[in-house]
This record gives sequence, structure tokens and C-alpha cells, in this order.
Amino acid sequence: MQNNHTPKTQKRTREPLLHITKRGAVSMKTAVLIRVAAILLSLIFCGIITILLTGDNPISIYITIFEGAFGNAHDTQFLRLWATLQDIAILLCISLAVTPAFKMRFWNTGAEGQVLIGCLATAICMFTLGGIVPDPLLILIMLVASVLAGVLWGVLPAFFKAFWGTNETLFTLMMNYVAIQLIEFFLKVADKSGSNTVGPNILKHGWFPALFGQKYLLNILIVAVITALVYIYLKHTKHGYEISVVGESENTARYIGINVKKVIIRTMAISGGLCGIAGLLLVGGTSHSIASNLADGRGFTAIMVSWLAKFNPLMMILTTCLLVVLDRGSTEVSSKFGLNSSFSDILTGIILFFIIGCEFFIQYRVQFNKKNHAEKEVAA
Amino acid sequence: MFPIVQFIQRAILQGTPLLFGSTGEILTEKSGNLNLGIPGIMYIGGICGVIGGFFYQSTAGIKLNPFLAIFIPLLCSLLGSFLASLLYCFLTVTLRANQNVTGLALTTFGVGFGNFFGGSLIKLVDSEVPSIALTKIAKIYKTTLPFADSLGWFGDLFLSYGFMVYLAVVLAIIVALVLKKTRIGLHLRAVGENPATADAAGINVTRYKYASTCLGGMIAGLGGLYYVMDYTNGVWSNNGFGDRGWLAIALVIFATWKPMIGILGSYLFGGLYILFNYIPVSMQTMPLIQMLPYVVTILVLVLVSIRKSRESQPPAALGLNYYREDR
Repeated sequence: MQNNHTPKTQKRTREPLLHITKRGAVSMKTAVLIRVAAILLSLIFCGIITILLTGDNPISIYITIFEGAFGNAHDTQFLRLWATLQDIAILLCISLAVTPAFKMRFWNTGAEGQVLIGCLATAICMFTLGGIVPDPLLILIMLVASVLAGVLWGVLPAFFKAFWGTNETLFTLMMNYVAIQLIEFFLKVADKSGSNTVGPNILKHGWFPALFGQKYLLNILIVAVITALVYIYLKHTKHGYEISVVGESENTARYIGINVKKVIIRTMAISGGLCGIAGLLLVGGTSHSIASNLADGRGFTAIMVSWLAKFNPLMMILTTCLLVVLDRGSTEVSSKFGLNSSFSDILTGIILFFIIGCEFFIQYRVQFNKKNHAEKEVAA
Repeated sequence: MFPIVQFIQRAILQGTPLLFGSTGEILTEKSGNLNLGIPGIMYIGGICGVIGGFFYQSTAGIKLNPFLAIFIPLLCSLLGSFLASLLYCFLTVTLRANQNVTGLALTTFGVGFGNFFGGSLIKLVDSEVPSIALTKIAKIYKTTLPFADSLGWFGDLFLSYGFMVYLAVVLAIIVALVLKKTRIGLHLRAVGENPATADAAGINVTRYKYASTCLGGMIAGLGGLYYVMDYTNGVWSNNGFGDRGWLAIALVIFATWKPMIGILGSYLFGGLYILFNYIPVSMQTMPLIQMLPYVVTILVLVLVSIRKSRESQPPAALGLNYYREDR
């Protein structure tokens, strides 16, 4: 240690104000505490911004957010709550879909496109076969078609990644826009009037049945089952183990005899297929219409949800709830004050920045460098 | 007859935002930062220019000083995109966060930021005007050389644009020269290819990453400013900028990380964007033509990776953060 420097030489070898050390094993408690602190901080920050923009008092803003997400006293049918649950289900489904690939360190930024192509496949089935085959059979065909379409959109980049190392982030990103333009093409073909959605008046058949009078319940149940399956698949099967090994180190995987190419392609097929199912739920179960903005950026939000939950399907339920509730709540705030509905995107962005930033403090410890006591005495 | 001059002219107008975006992203990616926040940054650059211009136009009244009318929006735009890129750098370089996630979050935030202020600015400042129309400022932005009209097709093709179209080309050339011919460029490429080696050679990796990402973001932000002030005549419409930010990222791949090819590529993509106006196709096939830039980009990406030519590979450390301690 450089204890006996005079102030002059100390200036030359100035130590930084703080230094960073990597934490060893982080206890679950610390990690959770840091994350909760980050989320609380971000919510306070969002609150301040909302107050500045709307001039309303914080309590009434939080009440508005709550009512926007869960409904108010007039909403006796719990329509808001069901819509929120439905949104959570769809986002969760897409987040689960991207997770196996991410765990393998395959950066699939194409979930948006994989969902959309699933939507498109569903809509094509409804458009061409609706009324010709009975509804149960139609739904079965829709399922097969949407899964196949999603698998195709997922496997194509995976194939090139596995054999030639083609950059998957950029490849999958481009596939999104191919899917969007294909939907635009379908819209033009299906609806000659040139509108930018094809709605329930054209896609009349193949709607999911309502369970117990709740039209979204089936969607929610399907996603609950998928959550459990993905959890088991990743945690308790050989495939899940292979995915983690490939993600940690491809060389290790090769050394212990895992066929890396096969794992990459298989995992992306699963990812794409699940995205396709999300597309099916969106078109067949929820909107009964198709438009190129139907996925509404959820393919990208899902990437963040999955990453924030550290690829743990159960944690994902929490992160999805947080984002969806905030999204619906802030949309309500913006409509109440006549502001643009993109307000929710700003708040989502801020919360994400905080959570992304807090990961650093989970992995590293920041310490202020202590001033040297001897020098202090000299200075005094 | 096919109006070739008009077509090229409009392709250049359409391609300029892409050129700004891709030049900025090439500079960023050369440092190993895959900034997927570029679409968001372009929105931020655009809306910050609009906010600056809006306040200037409402305070200055009828008579605008041409210099200030250009300078204030330009400065606001640069400042906005600088701050957004700084946030990205802080999260990915200093806090070592995942680049893809940070970039996507920045895009969500940036697009939301643009649309929110574009849609609510008038309400927030209690202004009487019905919509944001910075037509006077846009007119100044679009000022062309006085003798451009008198030179026939030559004038139309080369001299009929506002200054930002030329700025885009000049910036692309400067970036290309800096990357290829200077020591700074060599260091920057070293950081993007192998940061550990660069660090060992005494290059300040963090400083290079910060500088190139912030500068790249500012250049990309100008694309947003150009779009509002020049292309749409000062009228902001929500989501009007569309997917051009992603197209700019596609263009980076298409140009195989070379800004000079980016110039031609951007005009080519611009041409594909408007081609349906010029060829006798039905409305139905229009989306299929708009799909072409993306399909072509995928093909380039695949071909480049199969051919393994060393000249046209992505920077080797693209998308990976550098931890000095993890070596």
C-alpha cells in the first residue's frame, strides 16, 4: 500500500473514488432485497414524473392506476380484471416461449415475428376453412398450423446459427418484419376495402369457447399449463440440462457429448412453437381479428420479462404482472388526463432501466475507498 | 416513361434517415456495442428537435432567424440522443448490463417518449395551436441552393435537397475515413474485435465504447430530426417514423459494417420503400415489395456467414460486454 505519499505524488497516482469487487455467492435474500428496492425506487421515480406531468396528487394517481388494472366499483362484471389477466397470460406465454432459447444464450429477438406468424397461420385457417369444417376440428387445425408456422420462423435462424454461426440476434430481428409484411399482404387479400385490420366480421369461425361464461378463461388455463410444463422441462428433464450446459459453455457441451447443433435447433423449434401458440391465443382466443400490430411489441417486452426473471418461469409470473398492471394502469392515467397513451411505454422503460441497472449491484459490491488516516492528520 | 430522375430523388429523400441511422449504428457496433436502442434514439432525436423548434417558433413569433431556426432544433436533437446513448452506455459499459435487453428497453422508452410528447406537447404547454406544425422551420431546413432549379435534371438529382441530406453523406464518409485511415479508428476496431487485447495494448476500452456509442447515437438521432424537419415538412405524427430504425439496423448488416456501402444501400432501401408507387403492381402485392429489404438483408447475413470472408464479418465482440476481471 502507498501509505506515505506526500500530497503531490498522491495527485499523480490518484486512486479512484470507489472500487468494485465481485460478490461471491449472493444469498437469495440479498438478491431479492436489491430487486425489490430497485422496483420501489423506479415506482417512486415514475410517480414523481406522473405528478409533474399531470399535476394530480400521488394518491389519486395510484388509485387511478389500480382502477385501470383491476376495475372500479362500477365494473361489477370484473371486465377490467379479466382483461388484465388475459394480457398477463399472453405476455407470460411469450416470455415462457423465449426462455429456453435464452437459457441457451441464443438471442432470439424474433419472438414478435414468431407470434405474428402464428397469428397469421391461425387467421388464414379461420379465413379459408371457417364454416367449411366444424369448429372443434377447425380449432385443432389452427393449433397445428400456428405451431408449425412458429416453428418454421424459429428454426430457420437456428439452422443457420447451428451450421454457419450466422448472427441470430440480427437474423431473428429481420424475420419480424418479414412476418409483419406477410400479414399486411394477407390483410389486403382478405379485406378488399384496404383497412388495416381484418376483424371478427370476416373471421367468424374457430373462436375459442367461453368457459363458465368467461371468454378469456380458456386462454388463462392454457398458459397456466404451459408455465408448469416449461418449468418442468427446464428444471427436471435431460433436454433442460442440455440447454443449460450449451448456454454456459458450448465447448463443455461438446466435450461431454452433447450434440450442440441438435440442441440449438430443437430448442428454437420449441421457442418458436410456443410463440405460435401465443399467436393462436391472440387471434383465436382474444381478438378474433388480425392486424400487423396485434403483438404490440410484446415479443420484445417478453425478452425483458424473461431476462429479468433470470429465466425462472415462476418469477416470470411476478414480472409479467408488474409490467402489465403498470401498463394498463398508466394507460388509464393518460386517458384520464387527456395525454397520449404512450405514457405507459415511458413508465415501462423507466422501470426496466432501474431493474436492468440493479443487476449490477447484485453481482458486484461498490465500496468507497477509505481515505488514509495518516494523510488526514498531516493535512490537519 | 419511367420517371427515373424523380424516382432517384425520392429514393434519396427516403433513404437519408436510414443513412443517418446506419452510420451511427456502424460507429457504435465497431466498438462492440450492439445498440438495439437505435430506433428509440431516432424517435428521441426527432421529438427533441420538435420540442426545441416548437418553443423557438412560439417565442420568436412571425419572423424567424434562419440560423437559430436550424441551430436550436439541431442542438436539442443532439442533446436528446446524446443523453439516451449515455444512458445505454452507463447501463451496458459501467453497470455491465445485457446489451440486448438494455437496447430493447431503450427502444420501448424512446418510441414511447416520442409518441407521448408528440401527442401531448400541445396539451402540456396549454398552447392554442391545433397541432404541432413547424412548417416555417421546415422550410428553412429545406432551403436548397438558389440555382438548383435552373440546372434541369442535374439540379434535380444532385442539388435539390435540404442540407441534412448532404450532411448524412458527409458524416458517412467521415466515419468511413476515421475507421479506416486513422489511429483512433484502428483503436476503435480493436476494441470491437477483441477488447482484452486492446486493453492490454493500453487502449482505454471504456472511453472508446462511451465515445463511439454516444457519437453514433447522436448521428442516428439526426435521422429522426431529418425525418420530421425535412421529410414530413415539420409535421410530427405518432409512429410516423415507423420501422425505419430497424431498417437502419438491417442496413448495417447489408453494408457489412462499411459506411460507404451504407450510402448506396440506404438509397437502395429507400428506393425499395417507394418502388410500389412507380411500377404497375396492384395494391395487394405492395407489402411483398416492402418486405424485400428485410429478405435481402437476411440473405446478405447468411451469405456472409457461410462465405466466412474475413472482410465482411461483424465485429468479433459484438454484443458482448467486456469485463476486465473475467479474463
